[in-house]
Amino acid sequence: MNEPVLKTEQLKAYYVLDVHGNIKTVKAVNEVDLEVRANEVYGIAGESGCGKSTLLKALYGAIEPPLRLMGGTVNYLIDGAELDIAALDPEEKRRIRWEYVSYVPQGAMSVLNPVIKLKDTYRDFIDSHVDGKSGDEVFKIARMKLDELGLPVEILEAYPHQLSGGMKQRLTIALAALLDPMIMICDEPTTALDVVVQRGVVQLLKDIQKKLKNSIILVTHDMGVHANIADRIGIMYAGKIVEEGSTEIIFNEPFHPYTNYLINSLPRFGDKSARESCPGNPPSLSELPDGCPFHPRCPYVKEQCKHQMPGIRKLSADHKVACWLVDEVKDG
Amino acid sequence: MDRVLEVENLTKIFTLGSIVSRIRITAVDNISFDLKPAEIFALAGESGCGKSTTARIIMGFEEPTSGEIVHKGKRDAKKKNEKVWFTEGIQAIFQDPFGTFNPLRIVDRYFFETVQQYRLAKNKAEAVKLIDQKLQAVGLSYEELAGRYPSEFSGGQLQRISIARALLTDPKLIIADEPVSMVDASLRMSIVNLFKKLTEDLGISVLYITHDLATAYYVSDRIAIMFRGNIVEMGTVEQVLMDPKHPYTQLLKESIPEVDTNKRWDEAINLSSTEHEEYLRQGCKFAGRCPRVMEVCKVAAPPDVIVDNVLVKCHLYTEMPQEAS
Repeated sequence: MNEPVLKTEQLKAYYVLDVHGNIKTVKAVNEVDLEVRANEVYGIAGESGCGKSTLLKALYGAIEPPLRLMGGTVNYLIDGAELDIAALDPEEKRRIRWEYVSYVPQGAMSVLNPVIKLKDTYRDFIDSHVDGKSGDEVFKIARMKLDELGLPVEILEAYPHQLSGGMKQRLTIALAALLDPMIMICDEPTTALDVVVQRGVVQLLKDIQKKLKNSIILVTHDMGVHANIADRIGIMYAGKIVEEGSTEIIFNEPFHPYTNYLINSLPRFGDKSARESCPGNPPSLSELPDGCPFHPRCPYVKEQCKHQMPGIRKLSADHKVACWLVDEVKDG
Repeated sequence: MDRVLEVENLTKIFTLGSIVSRIRITAVDNISFDLKPAEIFALAGESGCGKSTTARIIMGFEEPTSGEIVHKGKRDAKKKNEKVWFTEGIQAIFQDPFGTFNPLRIVDRYFFETVQQYRLAKNKAEAVKLIDQKLQAVGLSYEELAGRYPSEFSGGQLQRISIARALLTDPKLIIADEPVSMVDASLRMSIVNLFKKLTEDLGISVLYITHDLATAYYVSDRIAIMFRGNIVEMGTVEQVLMDPKHPYTQLLKESIPEVDTNKRWDEAINLSSTEHEEYLRQGCKFAGRCPRVMEVCKVAAPPDVIVDNVLVKCHLYTEMPQEAS
């Protein structure tokens, strides 16, 4: 098993909103324990509004009001030393960003400045992180990196509007990989792209990961993308990781009732048998039910589930589940 | 009279730019298809392939440059009283369930409005009965809906409400433009299953417009694959998706991430760097990326060829490619 590079313990990040004098808390990330290892693609799957993007913000240390860190820690492990991201000052954060950890936000292709050429965007970016290099040297790096990733080098002379969405998306990902970061956090990098383009982006991520042997944290709601690229997957529901395991386990032997619904409702080619979707609706993060947040929709609900949230427990070596049903399996 | 809808040689050209530098983009290029009663017909393709433009023309939001829409044997209705007759038979539901409803309006108003406009009920009691009946068909009830705002429902529920509203006029055809792409994953299949149920129980046809080939395979009977304004392949879903003939369909099918951990991609693919270029291309629009491109593809647009009952727009299947016009 590889060494961990990022660890969270009981991470809690809530949006605290003041609605006409009433304080409303949205529990977007709720007691998440997560461990990302070196040289792997860690996928986080879940429906919209389950807290995936907020979790990523917390992992990147980009916590800004109304989002607040309510408890728990996020630690990066750089050369064996633990680094608490919440304790860093802005200058220290700036230094580790892009060099140690980089972040590709949702809709990343819109980050490119529309009125300057891509080479100027690249220059801006390299200048602020690589000291004492002349303009030519900077471009040499940029060209070399693009070439390594199989992207056309001429593109640096273009304006963003001259490129297709897929090309812009791949350029932003290439930009995030420019300084060989150990961790890349990607939020829905393939959403809103066509399937053929999506495949190109997934390919690029795979290439980067293979070359740098780094860790990629990939959030997407598309289970097909996870099946294709992730080594391990965490399933998120209502701000919690409810199941975590290797991709094979999640797809072939899902345990949590929610994961079961998620996997079994996916249509597959060559199979027209009826698919059932999960009954009920996802809960609002500001009014979570007591106990396990999934209990109102769960077909195996027990009295215990309505009052107590099950902790995440090991089912086998590489499989963790947060569900009371684990007891039944373990007892016999 | 066994066609609910016939689309004949439909073309739509958009003009971009000013007088000095004008670009004409053929968003929909001479396409024809038809829908049988109680059939789910999928119109699939990537964004910008013209599938939504086709839907908008059928719904009457957009005037076609040429071509005709025939509903129940009648030509496209232009006059206002005919429009009512036309929309009574063809109803639409849209992609974004949150955008469909005005957030400041009570949802049941939309139902009463439709009842009024099409004169479907004589009094309120009758209207409520009709509305409740339609809501039951999608698994909801009038009590759940009365007096509530859109924000009180989930995306999946709103999409059902939208379908129930469309059902009020007893349409023969429902046009669904990307109906599940904004619905939560765990609820998606409930909407798709609902379409199946509507065709089976009520004999309604559905024009299912989507980019998601996996659900298209699951739900539809026939499918047309669109690329840059053309229908490149059309036939039953089994034939088109399980044994694709057009190189573009093959690429599209391969590019869908399958939910099978044993089927990961390893081959590299070619992507076009700009979208404009392909629209303006002479000959076959896919020629720039096609792995089996021939000389003729770059010059002449391919004709429609019927291979095993599947329509394919490709030079590979013409007997003598040189003579094809």
